[in-house]
Amino acid sequence: MIHSFKLNGYPLVIDVDSGSVHLVDELVYEIITHYEELPKNELVMRLSSAWPKTDVLEALAEVESLIDEGVLFSMGAHEQRIKDGRPAGSSIVKALCLNVAHSCNLNCCYCFAAQGTYKGEQALMPLSTGKHAIDYLVRHSGTRRNLEVDFFGGEPLLNWEMVKETVHYARSKEKEHNKHFRFTLTTNGLLIDDDVIEFTNREMDNVVLSLDGRKETHDRFRVTQGGKGCYDVVVPKFKELVKRRTRGTYYIRGTYTHYNTDFLQDILHIADLGFDEISMEPVVCPPDEPYALTPEDMPLLKEQYEALAREMIRRDREGKGFRFYHFTMDLEHGPCIYKRVAGCGSGTEYLAVTPTGDLYPCHQLVDNRDFLMGNVWEGVTRLDLQKSFLKCNVFAREKCHDCWAKYYCSGGCAANAYHVSGDLLGTDDYGCELFRKRVECALMMKADEATNQ
Amino acid sequence: MEKKRIVTLKTRDYTEHIEHDGCGECQTSCQSACKTSCGVVNQLCEQD
Repeated sequence: MIHSFKLNGYPLVIDVDSGSVHLVDELVYEIITHYEELPKNELVMRLSSAWPKTDVLEALAEVESLIDEGVLFSMGAHEQRIKDGRPAGSSIVKALCLNVAHSCNLNCCYCFAAQGTYKGEQALMPLSTGKHAIDYLVRHSGTRRNLEVDFFGGEPLLNWEMVKETVHYARSKEKEHNKHFRFTLTTNGLLIDDDVIEFTNREMDNVVLSLDGRKETHDRFRVTQGGKGCYDVVVPKFKELVKRRTRGTYYIRGTYTHYNTDFLQDILHIADLGFDEISMEPVVCPPDEPYALTPEDMPLLKEQYEALAREMIRRDREGKGFRFYHFTMDLEHGPCIYKRVAGCGSGTEYLAVTPTGDLYPCHQLVDNRDFLMGNVWEGVTRLDLQKSFLKCNVFAREKCHDCWAKYYCSGGCAANAYHVSGDLLGTDDYGCELFRKRVECALMMKADEATNQ
Repeated sequence: MEKKRIVTLKTRDYTEHIEHDGCGECQTSCQSACKTSCGVVNQLCEQD
């Protein structure tokens, strides 16, 4: 299978099964587009009306050379080779999302976690539960050395001392068990102070800071319990944290909705504040919410991504570049085919833990007790659910079979698929369409980079 | 064959290191920045 497209003046062809990406000229683009539907002599005759025949024959030879090299119209044997997407066994857990606070000091109505409570009681995770979660992770991680723990919520800084103690506890286990913990903190920023900055920048491999963009965009949703926007409070704190960050990664992460379909301006605003690692996600919510993205928004959103890619190229040339999470792609050193098939590992190697120690397949399914899988003391007891998630790979999703982007998204987010289609093996078609556009933009930027090196 | 009309970008060969691929040491995608979508392609391989 191939996918060909033109963007920003670059004609590109992706060979799906080999993962090859070809930047081609217009004539080659035409040949590849029609190669499978026309007999060769007809193809040559048709194109010779617009190009010299010698050129057509030369271009055709180059196309056929790619086919011979196995990098065009290739037929991968990935499905046969990777029967269910994970070669290393089903009981290994390597990452936990610790919901250390089912409570929040903001009241954002678009929050997928229902203002931090996940439609349940407000709660903070006791340190003892956090320690049991770490023990559970170590015990079930097999030979995996790199273990990941994300402090999430709600707002994790509401339970900050517990977070710090849990980090200390995990670090104390590293040597004995030959493990390396990587911590992530996701915060709305309100409670960031010197202690948070110092500890986070020392211990957290990654920190995710929530900022939606321009003040009016951010303050539309991200308000205190009293209804006051928090832009003016959090931006200086984020600047200070990032200024003092000398190791690990960070992301300024925003959400866009139907109310800011011009979200490019929000991304550029964040970049103009001096941040250079930016992520902006489409809102996840029921379709009847007034802020939900609509089918009519789709063309606008795609234009925004394309304009963003062009602007990023422009700024990069001026030495003022920044990175956008969804355009970040290392074609040479990206994930292996197993990862591209298996995806995020929700419900198998990645689990979410509630303040009471319950285990769920991921943070996005914590509000649904049908997905309660067990707890950190007894482990996973719903083996049927574990089995369902183990089968969640790109080959199991019917709609992914013919999608050119399947090895870029691995079949997408199971939780989103479930919320949209009622089926873990369904797809979130709206999200898929945006995802494909983002991949096209990212590849176009790679082509630009290759051209102007 | 030298090509004048095609530039093939350098990409990972999915079959080259199949014997030690799938080690599972790389970052879980939701531990980075998304939390509401799945885009494995922006993760890096730990073996490279």
